[in-house]
Amino acid sequence: MRISLFITCYNDTLFPETGKSVVRVLERLGHTVEFRKEQTCCGQMHWNTGYLHEAVPIIRHFVGVYRDAETVVAPSSSCVSMMRDHYLKAAEMAGDAKLAADVEALLPRVYEFTELLVKRLGVEDVGATFPHKVTLHTSCHSQRSLHLGDIPVRLLNKVRGLELLSIENPQECCGFGGTFSIKNADVSSAMLAEKVRTVLNTGAEVCTAVDNSCLMHIYGSLHRQRTLVRTAHIAEILASTGGQA
Amino acid sequence: MSAPQSHWTNRSFPEAAKELLADSQIRRNVRHATDVIQAKRNRVVGELPDWEALREAGSAIRAHALEHLDEYLVEFERNCTRAGGTVHWARDAAEANRIILGLIQRHQAKEVIKIKTMTSEEIGLNRHLEANGVRPHETDLAELIVQLGHDKPSHFVVPALHKNRQQVREIFQREMHLPELGDKPEDLCAAARAYLREKYLRIKVAVSGANFLVAENGAVCIVESEGNGRMCLTLPDVLISLVGIEKVLPRFRDLEVVLQTLPRSATGERMNPYNSIWTGVHEGDGPKEFHVVLLDNGRSPILADGEARQTLKCIRCAACLNACPVYHQTGGHAYESAYPGPIGAILTPQLHSMEQGRTLPYASSLCGACYEVCPVKINIPEVLIHLRGKVVEQDQKTLGGKLGVWNVGMQAAAFVMSSAQRFTLAQHMGQLAQKIFVSKSGFIERLPFMLSGWTQTRDLKALPQQSFRDWWAERESNGGDATGAAKESRDAK
Ligand code: SF4
Repeated sequence: MRISLFITCYNDTLFPETGKSVVRVLERLGHTVEFRKEQTCCGQMHWNTGYLHEAVPIIRHFVGVYRDAETVVAPSSSCVSMMRDHYLKAAEMAGDAKLAADVEALLPRVYEFTELLVKRLGVEDVGATFPHKVTLHTSCHSQRSLHLGDIPVRLLNKVRGLELLSIENPQECCGFGGTFSIKNADVSSAMLAEKVRTVLNTGAEVCTAVDNSCLMHIYGSLHRQRTLVRTAHIAEILASTGGQA
Repeated sequence: MSAPQSHWTNRSFPEAAKELLADSQIRRNVRHATDVIQAKRNRVVGELPDWEALREAGSAIRAHALEHLDEYLVEFERNCTRAGGTVHWARDAAEANRIILGLIQRHQAKEVIKIKTMTSEEIGLNRHLEANGVRPHETDLAELIVQLGHDKPSHFVVPALHKNRQQVREIFQREMHLPELGDKPEDLCAAARAYLREKYLRIKVAVSGANFLVAENGAVCIVESEGNGRMCLTLPDVLISLVGIEKVLPRFRDLEVVLQTLPRSATGERMNPYNSIWTGVHEGDGPKEFHVVLLDNGRSPILADGEARQTLKCIRCAACLNACPVYHQTGGHAYESAYPGPIGAILTPQLHSMEQGRTLPYASSLCGACYEVCPVKINIPEVLIHLRGKVVEQDQKTLGGKLGVWNVGMQAAAFVMSSAQRFTLAQHMGQLAQKIFVSKSGFIERLPFMLSGWTQTRDLKALPQQSFRDWWAERESNGGDATGAAKESRDAK
């Protein structure tokens, strides 16, 4: 299958390793990955902060870039949920019937990375080896918007050597929330403190998730506290072959 | 529109939250109480195989009632009047306060007993009555604790949720003059019972709210756990019920749905211990005079806003508060309103035409936990974003807002994000410009201005020197077809 990677603006800029891992996994499974250079951002930051009209050109740009793509994958549940939950509304707000029609035609072909693997490609064992203790942070959008359910767990359970440790209150938000973490820095920090406490309680070496936004937030505190626990996007774990290629 | 006597201030959410976050006692109490209620709620919701269908039905009933609110309110008025009640219409808080005080004064009453009603908190009724020589006595146990403690409610199902048992004992000891009072639930209940019984028997006018009005027969419905409400509804000669106009249901049988979902969502009970439903007045049974004051106070404009109308579907179960990770941290007082938590974050600013509570739509990480539990499926995150849009629009009308750092930053980002060339250029500039902030560990530990909020407690990952798109471009220029690239990526590992 020809799969078009929407890397997302922050993964592109901050987490290139995640993108490389997605490419690696999909190519290992025999698929062709393309990267459309015109891509930028899904518009979520603007939309969620209330800059609704400003988000529309960004959304229009996204739809224009991928209109003819066969399948699109993004390693971010929050960006995919932005599309599914808000794109149609944005098109309607802009009074743009053409955009609305394009959105409706495109979105069924857009997948979050783990969703693509399990739901579309029907794979759970991607041939990964990752001999570490791992805990999974269930990001809000993956759960409540995309309803991924146990998809990430099923993938992790098939990784050789990986020990998955359960975490207390897995469904509770880490407190990132985009600009929330700046506009309400104190509350956000209090939420994060609780999340990090539960991560540390698991005894895991690595905390993973399907979203780097949460992981960046969680690692921000793990690093500040000088703990040795690290974070890794689930794509990086699934790409890993334990050092022996 | 707000009551002049309101004890709620207009400070911003982040400001109020900061103060509450420093109060470890409140945080412990809130966390404990919400954990207990949520666990009960999850248990009794989990046992219903048709829970999702009930949510759907509740949502449809409430949405339909709002669509035809004008007709159903008039139908309610007609049927309530026919049954011997009197219906009053109040445009705003001041008018409602005036009507209620007038009714009380007509009976020369100097005291009234009250059943928990957050609508009276919304209009500042207690303060208005006190200022006019009428003493209101709260009879709901939690409201009594709040009143005797000269406090404010922090939750609309459990208003004293922020107090623990020891604190309640201290308040009762002091205010009821019971220095020997113990802190066992039985002790506290017995004290409250003795204190309240005397009032039920003596005071002749009661003020209540209502959970639902029924248009088809003019009935009013109140559900509660303690039975104090039942006493207020049956013992006095005069009953005045203050009700928001949105609370009407078309038919009696609609109660079948909401009386299943409300108690399970609110207190984790399958059914409320006391369910009072009455119509008008009945010779020899209950109050001789019954008034309903229908309150608008900012609700009509919400009804007119198609995006935000769902706010009014709310049946005030407070499940969204108990599920909210922000509320868990701050408790209710940070919202500076009778309506805290996620529903408060959308309702409060709208009731005040966005002139108060402008920071409330931002008091959420948009995690969606509220929407997930809401028994009438109010998509709170969606309404929050809609209201954020209104805040931004208002801001952009002023010069200060236009030139403010948020607007300038967002405009610039939107310009950058709508072109790949500009975005790539911005990435390269960022990689250079960040250098002054990046510490030896490769992380950013301190940022200036508004971004300093992030680095108070968190380090920020520095931008790597090569973005993904640059890596891809390099791979392509190396002639990396799909397989070659896979190998290269493996080697790099
Ligand atoms: S918004 Fe929904 S969950 Fe929150 S109080 Fe209202 S009905 Fe309950």
